[in-house]
Amino acid sequence: MSIFEYNGSAVVAMVGKNCFAIASDRRLGVQLQTIATDFQRISKIHDHLFIGLSGVATDVQTLYQRLVFRHKLYQLREERDMKPETFACLVSAILYEKRFGPYLCQPVIAGLGEDDKPFICTMDSIGAKELAKDFVVSGTASESLYGACEAMYKPDLEADELFETISQALLSSVDRDCLSGWGGHVYVVTPNEIKERILKGRMD
Amino acid sequence: MESDHVMMMRTTASFRTSANSFYKKSKATSFVSLPSSLLDPYIGGFFEVSLKVQMGDSQYSFSLTTFSPSGKLVQIEHALTAVGSGQTSLGIKASNGVVIATEKKLPSILVDEASVQKIQNLTPNIGVVYSGMGPDFRVLVRKSRKQAEQYLRLYKEPIPVTQLVRETATVMQEFTQSGGVRPFGVSLLVAGYDDKGPQLYQVDPSGSYFSWKASAMGKNVSNAKTFLEKRYTEDMELDDAIHTAILTLKEGFEGEISSKNIEIGKIGADKVFRVLTPAEIDDYLAEVE
Repeated sequence: MSIFEYNGSAVVAMVGKNCFAIASDRRLGVQLQTIATDFQRISKIHDHLFIGLSGVATDVQTLYQRLVFRHKLYQLREERDMKPETFACLVSAILYEKRFGPYLCQPVIAGLGEDDKPFICTMDSIGAKELAKDFVVSGTASESLYGACEAMYKPDLEADELFETISQALLSSVDRDCLSGWGGHVYVVTPNEIKERILKGRMD
Repeated sequence: MESDHVMMMRTTASFRTSANSFYKKSKATSFVSLPSSLLDPYIGGFFEVSLKVQMGDSQYSFSLTTFSPSGKLVQIEHALTAVGSGQTSLGIKASNGVVIATEKKLPSILVDEASVQKIQNLTPNIGVVYSGMGPDFRVLVRKSRKQAEQYLRLYKEPIPVTQLVRETATVMQEFTQSGGVRPFGVSLLVAGYDDKGPQLYQVDPSGSYFSWKASAMGKNVSNAKTFLEKRYTEDMELDDAIHTAILTLKEGFEGEISSKNIEIGKIGADKVFRVLTPAEIDDYLAEVE
């Protein structure tokens, strides 16, 4: 079993019309045993920037702490929030610093950039960025997620429709993956508000 | 400087007279703000004090910028004097850009003036000019360029002017609080245009920096500043600012001003910092006449 499958995870982000959604499962396991059903994989960096981390849970937490630290210092020095593109470059650089002893996580970054244009990207554990215009996925359920998103995604969805689409994609994909599941955690972000919702799916 | 020497001598001499035998037995450990070579003429005559300095065994690894009793850092004062005797340079922030200019007086007519460039780019949208010691300026430009590129590499975003100025100022401050180094003998005028609009900063040898609407440094600073105070208006445009800059330089200029003995750099809303060619300077000079 690969180390990336040790804790189990599923993270997905989608682009809508002047909004984005980012969702993750809630299971934390140690191989086949479920330890927690409320593990937080998605974290807010600032009001228009979220990062979801899949992979080994300890690295998920540590990397998040490091990124929040860097962003807070940036905010204090530059007196402004980081743009999502800039943040993605920062994450990529931090991951590559540990090229030969990497953080075992794959981040999914989603944010609203200039003029409230949604931005999403994912990268591998050593910082190879992959920008996308529609959706990005990561985690043990990534293959199912690719299939589900490809089938269900439509461009320019409004916030509520986007929520429905991403939730269906997430839940149907984690149902096919024994290491992720136990519900979902969805954030839908528009220029004016952040809607956080918990999904109840197959609790197994 | 001489008074400092005398002060230190008196202090150590008083130790000597009050604790003679003590000094002969043990090695004195003390912070002395003088290079020991200056003490050499005194050592044979007055006392045998072995200076064991805190930072390593090198005789020169102490900080030259230690406080004087009046609370000043004398080395920085001297650095500012070095700046004040350098060639005049000035900068003006217009509503749609920034202009910086300097005298370019070369030591001899044999010097190839095309090879001398006092105004330099730090990034495509930030330029800098100095008053003071040219070689120190070169070192700072090199360090600043590197810092700007590192920022770009990390964030894939051009460095904001304020951040670059702050990091350059930090470097200059480090040289006032380290062992074995002296402060930089330059003051910089940094001109840039970023998302916050046109900006003009002055950075001093002490590491302090200020944002200016218009400023001057070097030989003719008081006249130039008075002239700028009279001439500066908030809604000045870039071309007006260039004319004002030329007139200000002309105020204290010894000899005939021409495109060969001044240098002008400008940045406009296009966010590209550029040094003007001699032909362009000639055009502006003609307009000013």
